[in-house]
Amino acid sequence: MGVFVSERTRLVVQGITGREGRFHALRMRDYNPGVVVAGVTPGRGGQDVEGIPVFDTVAEAVEQTGANTSCIFVPSRAAADAVMESFASGIELVVCITEGIPTLDVIDILDRAGKNGSTGRVIGPNCPGIITCGEASVGIMPGQIFKPGPVGVISRSGTLTYEVVDLLSARGIGQSTCIGIGGDPIIGTTFVDCLEAFEEDDDTKAIVLIGEIGGRDEEEAADFIRSMTKPVVSFVSGRTAPPGKRMGHAGAIVSGSMGTAESKVKAFQEAGVPVADTVNEIVDVIEELL
Amino acid sequence: MKLHEYQAKEIMRRYGITTPHGRMAVTPDEAYEIASELKGHVVVKAQVHVGGRGKAGGISLVKSPNEAKDAASRILGMNIKGLTARQVLVEEAVEAIKEYYLAVTVDRSQKAMAIIASSEGGVDIEEVAAKSPEKIAKVWSTPREGFMPWQARALALAAGFDGSAINQIGGYFSALFKLFEREDAELAEINPLMLTRDGKVVAADAKITLDDNALFRHPGYGSLWEAEGDDPLEQEARRRRLTYVKLGGDIGVIGNGAGLVMATIDAIKAEGGEAANFLDIGGGARADVVQNALELILMDKNVKAILINVFGGITRCDEVAQGLLKAIESVDIDLPVVVRLVGTREEEGRALLGGTPVVTADTMVDAAKRVVAIAGGGI
Repeated sequence: MGVFVSERTRLVVQGITGREGRFHALRMRDYNPGVVVAGVTPGRGGQDVEGIPVFDTVAEAVEQTGANTSCIFVPSRAAADAVMESFASGIELVVCITEGIPTLDVIDILDRAGKNGSTGRVIGPNCPGIITCGEASVGIMPGQIFKPGPVGVISRSGTLTYEVVDLLSARGIGQSTCIGIGGDPIIGTTFVDCLEAFEEDDDTKAIVLIGEIGGRDEEEAADFIRSMTKPVVSFVSGRTAPPGKRMGHAGAIVSGSMGTAESKVKAFQEAGVPVADTVNEIVDVIEELL
Repeated sequence: MKLHEYQAKEIMRRYGITTPHGRMAVTPDEAYEIASELKGHVVVKAQVHVGGRGKAGGISLVKSPNEAKDAASRILGMNIKGLTARQVLVEEAVEAIKEYYLAVTVDRSQKAMAIIASSEGGVDIEEVAAKSPEKIAKVWSTPREGFMPWQARALALAAGFDGSAINQIGGYFSALFKLFEREDAELAEINPLMLTRDGKVVAADAKITLDDNALFRHPGYGSLWEAEGDDPLEQEARRRRLTYVKLGGDIGVIGNGAGLVMATIDAIKAEGGEAANFLDIGGGARADVVQNALELILMDKNVKAILINVFGGITRCDEVAQGLLKAIESVDIDLPVVVRLVGTREEEGRALLGGTPVVTADTMVDAAKRVVAIAGGGI
């Protein structure tokens, strides 16, 4: 089963005729051919990308293919519009890969997505996407390293997730769903949203949470974990990052006393959540828990 | 993008916020001229992108144009927390009977804009939050919801502002909110907002940070851009379009993905070493990007050894290895390099590096151990 995406996902790729969109649409189709049903590029309706039909609008894609999920590769200036178009067309889940969307646009999208009858969920922006192992990949994660199993993974970072997943798989520990929630200051789906979903998911027995400096998402997650029945192992990167500097991700910044690694580590420890010092240690702790 | 105080005040004036009369100067003579126009009693303030300039001696209250000239020659060129003051703001001194705090910023947890007011102005807002949180009032809004003057008045009263001033201050909040939204700011702050004896409300200090991701909507701001630090390597990185942060150690670090690079730097520290930098070559990094990154690292004379940590999900390890080989040929690397390549085409990547002096490692921890040993003079 897993969370948010499954074999029942019907995906439309917005920006499918661009370089990235095309490359990853085909990789997602390789992962599960039944999942990728359509692409959208305004002005390119009627074409196809190696057999994936391209539409001018998301509404047409939904009507003709039954798409329920969208993956966004359009450039940052047009991405907010693309998300809004998806929700207006009945899409339930938008996974936004695009990096560099203005913060106020993201605030606006999320504000509208949750209101006026729309129940839309956004994962991202500036994220690697989500994969439910053996069922569906939505985004840019390298499908070959994942292996179905009982561990849910949530992370603000892409490659660090792959690193951990690769170690888990090598140790024979598979994953249920892996979610890259994104490196921006404002994101649609938070650690807490994911933890809530994993707590309800029958296939997930334990969770790995990979946080980093910036914001209060990890602190809020630590609070939430107190009420959970499933075990969580955490990791916080950027422990040695200097304050006031953005470490690659727009959201990875310590501002004043806000967003420090110490505060996050402390929050997890106080909530009884093990904090791994290295990526290898994450796998050791998970192995013990299972 | 952080703006200087004088730039922030220019923008605030466009939105109807009163600031002290004054202008920016780059020479002591200019400061003298501006002070003469303002009849002498002025404040001379260093324009640097860092807090705490007053304590560092970057702000002078003077009584005559000559004193303003002296203050400017003392402040111009001054080093304040590692930044050089190249401009001063010369403006009329304002006497306050009360100082307030006003700001609009992004609240990450609430996924909204936060409008913050405090009756305790002129000091660090984090200190106020820690010591007397009851003096701070906060509300949240979004572009869709907007922020009305009545909400601003209610906020000002909740923060303990004088009732007599709330009409004007309410207007300032609305202006600041509008400014934040229209100019795509990340922070718009007035601290302190001064209430004067004759009932005027004046923004005595102003801070604006703009959202870099929205600069395409504001082409005019390109000219306001100025390096936030003096570090020449960070400026070079920007020219090379690389995501780079200068750090204090002697181990150059290159990796793909922000989280992975941060974790690599942490691993180096855990092994007793210090990273010289953060450098993320991003997903899908091609050979030329790797070469570009290596060239930049080699410009840092502190670097004694280099660690390259790549997890190839989409990034192909053979591409990374090719970039490394090209760089070795073209820039003549005489420093030890430790490489850890995992993922797509890792066998091909490692094969390419066979027969070169590059040290390979299997895991991140292993790579960190080796590079720290090498940089420390071990093997």
